[in-house]
Amino acid sequence: MQKVGFKGRFFPYVLIAPQILITLVFFYWPASQAVWQSFLIQDAFGTRVEFVWFENYETLFSDPLYFNALVVTVVFSTTVAALSLGFALLLAVMADRQIRGARAYKTFLIWPYAVAPAVAGVLWLFMFQPSLGIVAQQLKRMGVDWNYLLDGRQAMTLVILASAWKQISYNFLFFLAGLQSIPRSVIEAAAIDGAGPGRRFWTIVFPLLSPTAFFLLVVNIVYVFFDTFGIIDAVTLGGPAKATETLVYKVYSDGRLGGDLGGSAAQSVILMAIVITLTAVQFKYVERKVHY
Amino acid sequence: MTSRRIVLALMTGAAIGLSAGAASAQTEIQWWHSMTGANNDVVNKLADDFNKAQKDYKIVASFKGSYADSMNAGIAAFRAGNAPHVLQVFEVGTATMMGAKGAIKPVQEMMKEAGETFDPNAYLPAIAGYYSTVKGEMLSFPFNSSSTVMWYNRDSFKKAGLDPDKPPKTWPETIDHAKKLKAAGISCPLSNAWVTWVLIEQLSAWHNVPLATKANGLDGFDAVLNFNGPVHVRMIETLAQLQKDKIYDYAGRTNTGEGRFTSGECAIFLTSSAFYGNIKANAKFDFGNAPMPYWPDVAGAPQNSIIGGASLWVMGGKKADEYKGVARFFTFLSDTDRQANLHQVSGYLPITKAAYEKTKADGFYKANPMLETPLIELNNKPPTENSRGLRLGDMVRMRDVWAEEIEAALNGTKTAKAALDTAVERGNQMLRQFERTNR
Repeated sequence: MQKVGFKGRFFPYVLIAPQILITLVFFYWPASQAVWQSFLIQDAFGTRVEFVWFENYETLFSDPLYFNALVVTVVFSTTVAALSLGFALLLAVMADRQIRGARAYKTFLIWPYAVAPAVAGVLWLFMFQPSLGIVAQQLKRMGVDWNYLLDGRQAMTLVILASAWKQISYNFLFFLAGLQSIPRSVIEAAAIDGAGPGRRFWTIVFPLLSPTAFFLLVVNIVYVFFDTFGIIDAVTLGGPAKATETLVYKVYSDGRLGGDLGGSAAQSVILMAIVITLTAVQFKYVERKVHY
Repeated sequence: MTSRRIVLALMTGAAIGLSAGAASAQTEIQWWHSMTGANNDVVNKLADDFNKAQKDYKIVASFKGSYADSMNAGIAAFRAGNAPHVLQVFEVGTATMMGAKGAIKPVQEMMKEAGETFDPNAYLPAIAGYYSTVKGEMLSFPFNSSSTVMWYNRDSFKKAGLDPDKPPKTWPETIDHAKKLKAAGISCPLSNAWVTWVLIEQLSAWHNVPLATKANGLDGFDAVLNFNGPVHVRMIETLAQLQKDKIYDYAGRTNTGEGRFTSGECAIFLTSSAFYGNIKANAKFDFGNAPMPYWPDVAGAPQNSIIGGASLWVMGGKKADEYKGVARFFTFLSDTDRQANLHQVSGYLPITKAAYEKTKADGFYKANPMLETPLIELNNKPPTENSRGLRLGDMVRMRDVWAEEIEAALNGTKTAKAALDTAVERGNQMLRQFERTNR
């Protein structure tokens, strides 16, 4: 048997060098900067810098509002992930059937993904703005006291809906691809054996879809943790009274609006740790149940 | 569309080519600002006029996004060693700017070194004081200033049987008006924008009560917040009560709620005097303005209002020749005719006494009384310790913290007293942190 390999010892390293370089420059460098900054206290202009070890972290953990942001994030991210995955799966299963104009439906369902989070936020704002929004006016006519500027629950519902809506297309796309790769013969065989649509879905389709679902779960968690702040910034600014302030929005408002780079860096290090842990846990435990 | 873009691209290209050619002879002065719409044109015209008036310096005005954006851009540029010469910063960024010693060049010092004649007394004290040290040394150059006024819909007043020529003067009168407007079917009788600026900062100055110790922070970064006293608590408590019946209706932290006045939904609206241009362009009803209401039982009220807006900061570490150019530009801006014209065109307040007097003498306010309202408020009484302005560190975030607590009071999750106590406590923590990094 002939062994395939490279001639020189260094040639493989040369080939992967660009990839490594990009990872170093665009991931490890900024990440290490964040870790370094989290040990410093400095003014906005960086004219006075003081090395303080873990003081930024201590301040953070003694701040009840940080835990408030943590709770908000947990509620926000689980709801958004569940909603966007659930709806996307439902839509994908529907679109996967033999229906007239399936192609058009698919295209339309993918569109929202092309919308930037901040723009999505503004679109939802237009619909739900208490005095001018079309939907808001309808709600008021129906007797709902709609004012998310003061009502924390309404504000939360709004950002959850907007964030989930934005992610549905992406999930839909992957679910649809996953569904289409499931061999028809397996499903048909089950149908001949007398399995109804529900049973076919849960015993055949869903397990075969699990790699896709697992991948999407990871991607969605990363999405809700990092990418949703554009929507929150456009719709609620984290308000009212911190009802929609997630961890990533707090990083943004403390660092960019407050100029508190040390505290903000400490928060992003923690956020990074949370997401790394979550992903690791998912790979360790959830992946076991995944059939490739 | 495409062809327009190409033309634009070519023109920009040509402009860059030209400026590169001319730059060798002239000293370029970079001016970063946040003015949009008509005010952007005002900025460009000023730069253009200055560039035509002399040959040695060339002002290059660049729009850098919102106030927070351009301030961050300026800070980032300073860290990278290529800050602009002049940076427009909103009033709440004042403490951050002056805290950064070495990052900025005090205006008065620069004017002196450049040999420009500069008389700090020529500027309106209510405006210049906001941007000066305790000793009266001007740190930044006031550019666009405004104050809070009460805008009202004259048509709605008539509908509710109220006299539009006699707007309410006090809070009890205003609330009474609001109730009558509600009864006449107005869905939002009373509201305001910039919640903390109007309900905390202006309220304090207008009633001559402190917002923080050390003359609201002007005397030092070790100021301690204390706006949880009876005057503030009653204000928030009253509005929280009115919010329940929608006689008052909260319209958000910034000025995004201003549309509710121009659309005719809200009848009485407290916000910036610079809102004038917007109302004039968009409101399809007869409107008026009046000074902010006050509580008549508070001794000394009404005192005087404070300003909002932005000033021009000169960044540190530039060449002496460049500072000369900036100094000359500031002298150019202070010119009485130019200031008077700027005030009349933009609706922002004049910064010099002479420009105010000239506009008065021209009879401009007879035809445009609404533009004088903020000036009457600002000059109502000589400013006291409580009404010269405020200078608190981390003010951008601080306003959010205060707003959060006010929101909690307005939606009924906290009492007004508890909300303001927490706002003060959280704010003080931020001040201590700021004090530490800006020693």
